[in-house]
Amino acid sequence: MTDIVMLLTVFVLAIYVGFAVIAKVPPTLHTPLMSGSNAISGITIIGSLVLAGALHEAPLAKLLATIGVAFATINVVGGFLVTHRMLKMFKRK
Amino acid sequence: MLSQHLVNIIYLVAAVLFILDLQWMAHPRTAVRGNLVGTLGMLLAIAATLLSQQQDWAYILIGIAAGTVVGAVTALRVKMTSMPEMVGLFNGFGGGASVLVAGAALVAASHALSAGEASLQMRIATVASGIIGSVTFFGSYVAFGKLAEFLAVRWKLHPWQKLVKFSFSLLVAAGGIWYGLSLGFGPLSILMMLSAAAIAGILLIKKDRFPGMDTVKILTAVLSIVLGVLLVQHADNFLLFWALVGVAGVLGVLLTISIGGADMPVVIALLNSYSGLAAAATGFVIDNTVLIIAGSLVGASGIILTKIMCKAMNRSLVNVLFGVMGPTSETPDAEEVYTTVKSASAEEVAMLMDGVQRVVVVPGYGMAVAQAQHAVRDLANLLESNGVDVEFAIHPVAGRMPGHMNVLLAEADIPYEKLHEMDEINPSMAQVDVAIVVGANDVVNPVARTDPSSPIAGMPIIDVDKARTVVVIKRSLSPGFAGIPNPLFAADNVLMYFGDGKKAILDLIAAIKEL
Repeated sequence: MTDIVMLLTVFVLAIYVGFAVIAKVPPTLHTPLMSGSNAISGITIIGSLVLAGALHEAPLAKLLATIGVAFATINVVGGFLVTHRMLKMFKRK
Repeated sequence: MLSQHLVNIIYLVAAVLFILDLQWMAHPRTAVRGNLVGTLGMLLAIAATLLSQQQDWAYILIGIAAGTVVGAVTALRVKMTSMPEMVGLFNGFGGGASVLVAGAALVAASHALSAGEASLQMRIATVASGIIGSVTFFGSYVAFGKLAEFLAVRWKLHPWQKLVKFSFSLLVAAGGIWYGLSLGFGPLSILMMLSAAAIAGILLIKKDRFPGMDTVKILTAVLSIVLGVLLVQHADNFLLFWALVGVAGVLGVLLTISIGGADMPVVIALLNSYSGLAAAATGFVIDNTVLIIAGSLVGASGIILTKIMCKAMNRSLVNVLFGVMGPTSETPDAEEVYTTVKSASAEEVAMLMDGVQRVVVVPGYGMAVAQAQHAVRDLANLLESNGVDVEFAIHPVAGRMPGHMNVLLAEADIPYEKLHEMDEINPSMAQVDVAIVVGANDVVNPVARTDPSSPIAGMPIIDVDKARTVVVIKRSLSPGFAGIPNPLFAADNVLMYFGDGKKAILDLIAAIKEL
């Protein structure tokens, strides 16, 4: 299998997994779902880290990637933290 | 150094933990654990990445420190009523990060491969990442600005609002023009500078619509695609990438700026989906499966929520994005509709509550604006101590984002078993003694069921009109987002209790105690 086809396979299957899993989330938790999934989309931090931390890289690439690290970190830290804050408030009787 | 093999295995573990996170979101009992597991997955992925190569730590630490401070302070300080703004803003950072990674990867690839060329997959993915990421970034900023009420409004702004509004426009314009000039004059650099100036300018306009807007929308959409095709052919031309980002940015601004109020949940959900898809596209740029998996999960989540929101308004996505909501020529006159409105005082409402068995509270965005959720909780507790059964009925689009009302009520310590969905509570509405509507309007307007020519025709509503008595707590008879009068307010079984949500409920509590 070529690389691109393998990546496309992963992409399509992951979308299906996403649909199956998220359809089960009740409306009560839709706001934490959004902030939590927001945190997960901060995974782009991985791409930024590789480029920002590379020892021999074009300065422009490193600069862009460093701003990318900051943006993605906001997503990750802020997203998981605010989701935790919200979810802790959901209590039973 | 970890081998690439091991790093990839850790990425796989992280992807599984993300799926587990979303799976455990299915119930409030397991959701906290789910979120922690997701956090663990992210930490593992970050640690594996940092250990996979020799690092130039200075840049990484600066980026992480800046992001952590901003993220943590925002997350810990934000009020629950402002959650839509915050999620809107965070979507934007996700989209922005995707653009930046794709841009950096493009620069890096052209340096490494000065003899050869970047692969076709990478070039196509860079285009996707640039377009989706830029639309998400600028669209989310607009959503944030509209929710925080400083973009496209005429009224006087707070100093912090002015600061954000003007510095953002200034940064975009100055950044675009500085970079454009540094690359020399040419059609592409002029296009990029024009786009930056257009974004900066549109964001300063005090209106949400202007003539020729739809034409520019279509033009920028077409131009984005044209630039994208060119970029696939000439991947070494960064200027093409930045022109693409600029034009897509204008598109992102135009797509969101005309959308207001009750349509916001749809837009926030859609931008959430885009931020995931942009991350997935970035995964294709740098050949990374965990980015693709995590991005797809988020993309799927946003698509599902968008669909739920559209269904709850009985409108198509196209209608939300391009349509105009408002009264039509057939909309009845408010004065005719409201001839038989009965207004009640706190004492009268308190007497009505005496001896009832079942009360349902229907909250709307007005409850969030009045910060009345804690007062509502006190009222519910008081009624329950008198032996009344109190429940809450929540419309899917109540508030400014999906699930907004549930979070506010949870914040006020109302147990989640008492929060019911519309479809769950409607069948038993006729057995409700008193329905209390707090700051909701369109979502309880019976016209949606009765008048096929109304702008909200066919929208599912909470059938409060079927309850024995309805008390509507509202500041005035002003219309909701749809701009139409609500005959519910003039129905025989309805009492209007005028006042600010919070104060009205506190007065009601005092009156009940005095009985």
